[in-house]
Amino acid sequence: MGQITLEKVTKSFGELEVIPPLDLNIEDGEFTVFVGPSGCGKSTLLRLISGLEDISSGTIRIDGQDATEIPPAKRGLAMVFQSYALYPHMSVRKNIAFPLRMAKMDKAEQERRIEQAAAALNLTDYLDRRPGQLSGGQRQRVAIGRAIVREPAAFLFDEPLSNLDAALRVGMRLEISELHERLKTTMIYVTHDQVEAMTMADKIVVLRAGHIEQVGSPLELYREPCNLFVAGFIGSPKMNFIEGEEAAKHSAHTIGIRPEHIEVAAEGGAWAGTVGVAEHLGSDTFFHIHKTGLAETMTVRAPGEVSFKHGDRITLNPRSDQILRFDEQGLRIA
Amino acid sequence: MARTVTTQRKTINTIAAWSVGLLIFFPILWTILTSFKTEATAIADPPVFLFFDWTLENYAVVQERSDYMRFLWNSVIIAGGSTLLGILIAVPAAWSMAFVPSRRTKDILLWMLSTKMLPAVGVLYPIYLIFIELGLLDTRIGLTLVLMLINLPIIVWMLYTYFKEIPGEILEAARMDGATLKEEILYVLTPMAVPGIASTVLLNVILAWNEAFWTLNLTAAKAAPLTAFIASYSSPEGLFYAKLSAASTMAIAPILILGWFSQKQLVRGLTFGAVK
Repeated sequence: MGQITLEKVTKSFGELEVIPPLDLNIEDGEFTVFVGPSGCGKSTLLRLISGLEDISSGTIRIDGQDATEIPPAKRGLAMVFQSYALYPHMSVRKNIAFPLRMAKMDKAEQERRIEQAAAALNLTDYLDRRPGQLSGGQRQRVAIGRAIVREPAAFLFDEPLSNLDAALRVGMRLEISELHERLKTTMIYVTHDQVEAMTMADKIVVLRAGHIEQVGSPLELYREPCNLFVAGFIGSPKMNFIEGEEAAKHSAHTIGIRPEHIEVAAEGGAWAGTVGVAEHLGSDTFFHIHKTGLAETMTVRAPGEVSFKHGDRITLNPRSDQILRFDEQGLRIA
Repeated sequence: MARTVTTQRKTINTIAAWSVGLLIFFPILWTILTSFKTEATAIADPPVFLFFDWTLENYAVVQERSDYMRFLWNSVIIAGGSTLLGILIAVPAAWSMAFVPSRRTKDILLWMLSTKMLPAVGVLYPIYLIFIELGLLDTRIGLTLVLMLINLPIIVWMLYTYFKEIPGEILEAARMDGATLKEEILYVLTPMAVPGIASTVLLNVILAWNEAFWTLNLTAAKAAPLTAFIASYSSPEGLFYAKLSAASTMAIAPILILGWFSQKQLVRGLTFGAVK
């Protein structure tokens, strides 16, 4: 079981309030991702849940029980850190065994769990090595192993992939998702990378300056962002925002259209512009278009290979059903 | 591009380095050599360097006149004891300063170090009176305590520096894994800081071993360590260079040997964290 509820939780460091009163419910077995720009309080929130930081006021419940005053280890949560935080002087086996040893579990059971975790994470051959002799991905797996053996109520991941190179990151992302499918344990995952959030989450919590901007499934956030911030943060490349006359036509202060919802054509579109940079990825082509009179740069994503190049004069055709409208406060008009 | 060094240049540098090294080491070498001379040869003019009748006579006399082993034992207990006690007190202190610093931590560290700037003789009188009052004069316990206090700022500073190098996340991981504060320090922090702790121990053993001001002023006979042993040979009856040298050699030999075998550790510890 691993249902986590935050009720009016706040955190201040001295005078500075980093988390204003915040309510959040995470269901048992859910993969929840906290996402936001750096400094938005997502890591702090995770540390409050873990108990490594004390909350300033409010209540944290784990499975309905008030856990606010319970020390970190007794909350039944396991954490995977950004730096892996392995014990460099211990072998992989001893690293994974450490939480079990601290819990004074009997040796045979310890061995059984270590073998099981090592097999699941492809670490069996490395059990007697030190962390220093492992690659980044292997170290990350050891850190996960150390979390798994405790059979926690929930896993907390603090930007676990940000120290890995791009290729490894994609691989580990899949491994963690598969782990979640297999264990069905609650996972809370902190990242600033919206791609990780979109691909892994059952539920995304978008944070800004300690506030929850929106909570929802990846596609809900993609389709129905509640404000300009979420609209701009979710989705890659970023959504295009247009103000002024064009927005007024849709009786809005600002309108937003995602790059993948604009078609490019040599002529006949609603808008016109000049290609600044064309990025050919093979699968897609990204155009950064200037001189549209709408916004400084418009980004367009065209599927496949489209052969416009720098300096070409082209026209753009937005899919009108995909245009999102926002008011002066930046809130979306339904 | 690697810098090229000519052979000639290398030779000159090597000779220069050896010369400076020998120049610095010469007084110690001379002391050791003198300890094997007779008193007459020791004061011969011009001085003789290597070609004299080597004798162990001085060592025999020194051993006979004053019980070397007793002084040695006192030195071992005082240096070892004060270091051990210092480490026991400094590890928690350095832990708290490195991992849960307050706004005043830097000030406290500086203040601790500033006590080292006070001339020792400035507090001799009060400490002497306290020692008389508590009956600690000329006791090993008294001296152990004083030397521990004298060196504590350095021990705390060194450990603090080493602990600062250890990522806090690892200790947090230990906390999440269910380690109590004691287990966290015992199983995680200390093993990771072993190189640092080892060089702190070594440096402080050496400092305490060589400490002469307090050992000479607060001991008479019972608790006198090797520094007092050397001093007793510069007597009002006149100087006996050969015997003084023998006593000095006997006094510095243990620490010289310790230093020799631990130099790698010492250098590694003192430059710990400089290169990742």
